Amino acid sequence: MSEASSQKIPVTVLTGYLGAGKTTLLNRILSENHGKKYAVIVNEFGEIGIDNDLIIGADEEVFEMNNGCICCTVRGDLVRIMDGLMKRKGKFDAIIVETTGLADPAPVAQTFFVDEDVQKNARLDAVVTVADAKWLSDRLKDAPEAKNQIAFADVIVLNKTDLVTKPELAEVEARIRGINPYAKLHRTERCSVALADVLDRGAFDLDRILDIEPDFLEADDHDHDHDHHHHDGHDHHHHDHGHGLKHYHDEDMQSLALKTDKPLDPNVFMPWLQNLVQVEGGKILRSKGILAFHDDDDRYVFQGVHMMLEGNHQRKWKEGEPRESRLVFIGRELPEEVIRKGFESCIVS
Amino acid sequence: MKEFTPAPESTSIVSVTDRVKPVALGMGVTSVHFLADRAAFVGGEENVALVDAKGEITTVAVHSGGILSTAFDGKRLVMGGDDGKVVSLDAKGEVALLATDPKRRWIDAVALHPDGAFAWSAGKTASVKSGKNEEKSIDVPSTVGGLAFAPKGLRLAIAHYNGATLWFPNMAATAEFLPWAGSHLGVTFSPDNKFLVTSMHEAALHGWRLADNRHMRMTGYPGRVRSMSWSAGGKALATSGADTVILWPFASKDGPMGKEPAMLAPLQARVSVVACHPKNDILAAGYSDGTVLMVRLEDGAEILVRRNGTPPVSALAWNAKGTLLAFADENGDGGLLEL
Repeated sequence: MSEASSQKIPVTVLTGYLGAGKTTLLNRILSENHGKKYAVIVNEFGEIGIDNDLIIGADEEVFEMNNGCICCTVRGDLVRIMDGLMKRKGKFDAIIVETTGLADPAPVAQTFFVDEDVQKNARLDAVVTVADAKWLSDRLKDAPEAKNQIAFADVIVLNKTDLVTKPELAEVEARIRGINPYAKLHRTERCSVALADVLDRGAFDLDRILDIEPDFLEADDHDHDHDHHHHDGHDHHHHDHGHGLKHYHDEDMQSLALKTDKPLDPNVFMPWLQNLVQVEGGKILRSKGILAFHDDDDRYVFQGVHMMLEGNHQRKWKEGEPRESRLVFIGRELPEEVIRKGFESCIVS
Repeated sequence: MKEFTPAPESTSIVSVTDRVKPVALGMGVTSVHFLADRAAFVGGEENVALVDAKGEITTVAVHSGGILSTAFDGKRLVMGGDDGKVVSLDAKGEVALLATDPKRRWIDAVALHPDGAFAWSAGKTASVKSGKNEEKSIDVPSTVGGLAFAPKGLRLAIAHYNGATLWFPNMAATAEFLPWAGSHLGVTFSPDNKFLVTSMHEAALHGWRLADNRHMRMTGYPGRVRSMSWSAGGKALATSGADTVILWPFASKDGPMGKEPAMLAPLQARVSVVACHPKNDILAAGYSDGTVLMVRLEDGAEILVRRNGTPPVSALAWNAKGTLLAFADENGDGGLLEL
């Protein structure tokens, strides 16, 4: 599986609300001396000018597949552009899709799962969301698109950190974590981030779904000096993971983590999961899991976007490796109790 | 996937593989057409390779990038590229620039009319240029998927999301819209001008009987239909997209309404391209495993032209007399067969 997928051209989806710095990041990626050529699908010409790369204008045309499933919306223009790009295979190493500030990343991602021809040639690598440290908190209140982009992200580039105070930064990070604790978060000024942190992440590669623990910032990347002049209401005796982040619970967008060290019954779990994403797929933006099934020496991994799921046996459980099942859902108004109960009913008693 | 490998001594299929003149094109090929005596293999980018009966190759540069769309009327080849240009290539091998998109957008679709008019699209805009008349354009609600001229009159069909638009560029009347939900990518008129058929993003065709706009749903394909070809006289429409050639009957006034298609030449590979013989009830089919077959429509009898074991066949065409068959695969290994 990974052999085949490694020959496919990786696609990075770059999202972010208006003015967050998407174009800055894009220009940084393109101008860095990496020896690679990119095909870049943008919405507005003119702002990027790198000779070496293919720049293609897109129209963000979203349409529903005719099968009546509202979640199966795809980007028709992307299907067309991918078709054209495949005629020039060998002329570029990777594809970057920049979306407009108001775009929902789901149709972009779904295009890479639903369309047979697209899937044959390309693989979704990661959704990278650029967020504005100064304005994101406000946008999370008034712009559902911004919230979607954070919830959907595999990588969040929290930009313009030089324009905010430390407490403000802690505040916006806490808000991000309240929605999506799993994305890798990088704080930047002028989108100065290592390319390896945004490209070739393999976030949709089943073989690389290893780490679904919440991402907390590396120690050296974080302010541990709990400066007592802070007045942002830290309770220093109840540190979450010792990082002093305030815990926010977003009103409508959350993540839900499930875990058990008891084996799951695949004959109960699989239909349950299928049914869950069929019924609640409109609310579930992303899902991932590593599963230990009863009487099965292989790890099973899955990942999903809305109603689309893909899963596979990944590898043998290693000796001494705890056979734990872990699932993560990120979504809007998730029916937590229903999901928890359903999951528990899949455990072999 | 199991391989289709008829044993050399097998009597179950007639083979003409030893009569094929191989052509190594050295470039990805997306379609082939006969310009007078030469086969014109259209590359994925930049070039067209003209191949004569001796197998000699002349390469002609036509675009400075990917070649996205091709139309052919028997005399000249018109192509649209990602360089924003519409160019033509004639039998002498001469290239002419027909139009340039002012914003250098991709030319996604092109079409040719028997009287020399041509059409092209970039984004949502379709344009027509006919003779000395001025260029005329129409905007449709979403990106154009495909273009086709009607066999009679100057009328252009434009496929897009949620239907197709029929437009008379020289008439003031508003264009007619034929609705059907979904994304329509390819489009073709039946040679008798009675039906319009689109290939959709999903694995289906859709058709309209133009007299009353009655719908024809042609579904059941496992994959997207990328190749459609009308049989001699327009009696049937042959299509790719399944592991057999699917042949929809169009001989009666109801077309395929309420009828089952014929399924010919089943293999354990997907049909990738079809080309009907211009005069006889024979077609050629190329498959995803590299096989090329000639198939008699009447009884499905097959003749092997090329064995499997290569990349998908991407180009297939007969010359106008039906005496030559040309084919090529995605990697540019092709062949010419004289009958």
